[in-house]
Amino acid sequence: MAEVEETLKRIQSHKGVIGTMVVNAEGIPIRTTLDNSTTVQYAGLLHQLTMKAKSTVRDIDPQNDLTFLRIRSKKHEIMVAPDKECLPIVIQNPCEQ
Amino acid sequence: MLPASSKMPHKQPPPRKQSISMGRGARKRDEDSGTEVGEGTDEWAQSKTTVKPPDQLDLTDAELKEEFTRILTANNPHAPQNIVRYSFKEGTYKLIGFVDQLAVHFTQVGNLIPRDSDEGRRQHYRDELAAVSRQGSQESTKVVISETEILEEEEEPKEAEAGSQTDVPIVEASEKVAEEELMTPKQPKERKLTNKFNFSERASQTFNNPLRDRECQMEPPPRTNFSATANQWEIYDAYMEELEKQEKTKEKEKTKTPVAKKMGKMAMRKMTSMESQSDDIAKVTQAAKIVERMVNQNTYDDVAQDFKYYEDAADEYRDQEGTLLPLWKFQNDKAKRLAVTALCWNPKYNDLFAVGHGSYDFMKQSRGMLLLYSMKNPSFPEYIFSSESGIMCLDMHVDHPYLVVVGHYDGNVAIYNLKKPHSQPSFRSSAKSGKHTDPVWQVKWQKDDMDHNLNFFSVSSDGRVVSWTLVKSELVHTDVIKLKVEGSTTEGLEGLQIHTVGCGTAFDFHREIDYLFLVGTEEGKIYKCSKSYSSQFLDTYDAHNMAVDAVSWNPYHTKVFMSCSSDWTVKIWDHTIKTPVFIYDLNSAVGDVAWAPYSSTVFAAVTTNGKTHVFDLSINKYEAICNQPVVAKKKNKLTHVQFNPIHPIIIVGDDRGHVTCLKLSPNLRKMPKEKKGQEVQKGPAVEIAKLDKLLNLVREVKTKT
Repeated sequence: MAEVEETLKRIQSHKGVIGTMVVNAEGIPIRTTLDNSTTVQYAGLLHQLTMKAKSTVRDIDPQNDLTFLRIRSKKHEIMVAPDKECLPIVIQNPCEQ
Repeated sequence: MLPASSKMPHKQPPPRKQSISMGRGARKRDEDSGTEVGEGTDEWAQSKTTVKPPDQLDLTDAELKEEFTRILTANNPHAPQNIVRYSFKEGTYKLIGFVDQLAVHFTQVGNLIPRDSDEGRRQHYRDELAAVSRQGSQESTKVVISETEILEEEEEPKEAEAGSQTDVPIVEASEKVAEEELMTPKQPKERKLTNKFNFSERASQTFNNPLRDRECQMEPPPRTNFSATANQWEIYDAYMEELEKQEKTKEKEKTKTPVAKKMGKMAMRKMTSMESQSDDIAKVTQAAKIVERMVNQNTYDDVAQDFKYYEDAADEYRDQEGTLLPLWKFQNDKAKRLAVTALCWNPKYNDLFAVGHGSYDFMKQSRGMLLLYSMKNPSFPEYIFSSESGIMCLDMHVDHPYLVVVGHYDGNVAIYNLKKPHSQPSFRSSAKSGKHTDPVWQVKWQKDDMDHNLNFFSVSSDGRVVSWTLVKSELVHTDVIKLKVEGSTTEGLEGLQIHTVGCGTAFDFHREIDYLFLVGTEEGKIYKCSKSYSSQFLDTYDAHNMAVDAVSWNPYHTKVFMSCSSDWTVKIWDHTIKTPVFIYDLNSAVGDVAWAPYSSTVFAAVTTNGKTHVFDLSINKYEAICNQPVVAKKKNKLTHVQFNPIHPIIIVGDDRGHVTCLKLSPNLRKMPKEKKGQEVQKGPAVEIAKLDKLLNLVREVKTKT
């Protein structure tokens, strides 16, 4: 339990990371470091996208599964690592040196 | 005549009213209608005695008896007698002689019209028309309507009687009626004759029962919306679940111990309750790890790309030399002060390696740490274990990659199980179980013994090589050999011969010949020993002038091994020959040497001046093909080096607690060029042959000289 908290803290303090959040299976954010409206927006949209991606991967081969999803945009990169019960989301600016 | 008649009542009571009528006469001229009323009241007053009003004219009797004559005329007393009209013709007012004398007393508008007038005729005509139309409709109707006929007929005669001019129409109407009478009997002849005259219709209406609405409404059944998709993978998941359930039931049937079952159930319940109690956040562990790695990958993206794909193109121009490309640097705050004392790659997971931290300084001894890093996450170790005493060496089991054995500075050995999250070792030796009395310099896993117990060896400065066996979760030790220094027996008390014990600092086991192993000592000697002979060495080599830091068998060639020492040299031996085949002087104390896993002629050495040397004997027998400072500060002493079994990278540890990962440039990984036409042979045989050639060359040279 504490390990997870530590891990999340480490991620948050990593270079270039703008925000982190953890969303549960229903799409409700459990932990977040961003403000409420942004969090809710991200949670809702990314949850749907991840479900879709997961469905796609598994439709092609049911024995396969989605490990993680990266969305790289002009401004930053959104990383989602779907799990059975939850969805950690990290927004990072990878170009920051 | 009316005005006259209106005056008649005046005459009747003249004698009585004379006094008052005089007064009347005075008032006549007023000509208002109130006079009659006044007279009426006077009649009432007649019953009383004559009252003389005070303003009455007093007349003498003679005047009272005077007779006045009255002439009755038909003139309207109210009519004006002198009407003057303005004549426009003459421009003056003219007196009109004739004045209308008609006085209307009462008018009322009546509703009787003379029959001969236009209006009267019109009305009569209208009535006739209405009667005809009614008769016309009656001709085609039934008995019921004939009633109305009758009624109308009755009305018509009445009307006829009322009017005098309607004789002819009446006749006509009656004729029509007669016709009708004739006609209507014809029609019902076909039908049943009904009595027209005495026909009476009877109808009765019963009470309509009042209608009542009755409803019964229940609560709607609870409804939920359910939607799901049937994808390929959902179906697959369902099947997998079923399979698992079936397997579980099979297992349960097999065990069939009710107590165990109950325990299992209890455990399950406890597990589930625990899980539900713990926060949702705990389930994120796995995913959080992945995310951390992703974040790191982003940060160290260029490094990861280099690791995977970068091949130094400049090597083509560099003749035979190669370079080491620095990739990641692993360090942890907790291990900052501690030197890296041991490095080991995990045999199963090629990105995982273990770093042992401790201190080489015998003055400053503190705690130790065991960190396991993954290349996928350079910023934080995957596992952290801490111990009270510095870790001097470690080894990972080949078959059980989760078991790590470490040797401590205080002489203890311990086994860590990575599967269990405790920070404490699973098994630990103690003074009772025969721990070393001096720091353990090297540990190595061996094959499981005949009872399938885990087995490992350790060597220490106390001169013992000990074999430890894990019997029923306890470490049992057996001394394999004692490193006695030959020829240095001293006379002890009572004639006992005490052998000076050498201090073992390194050892290595032969890869193929199971019982054969080498031990390096602090005195600089290397002993070739056998597990079966506990008192004697098979062979002794006077290797170095100072302590032997590392010995290592060649991974391919069965005869060749290598040793390094703080006397600045690296020596390569053929174990059948007492003198080294190759000697390399590296200008600085050599901390570690390691053979490359991909070639029999490549090895790397690290020195305390922060440099890493890579040699390839097939390319250059006398010099390093790569000689590169790896650490930033020269003060950092490099302590250990290890090659990754699969990737072309090496990890180098220093005494500041940093581990640097470097990539070998292509020149360092060269495979021997085959002659044209020949097949490219790969495999250990080739490597052995390669090395053999070299050795033969050297031997030839030596024999020649």
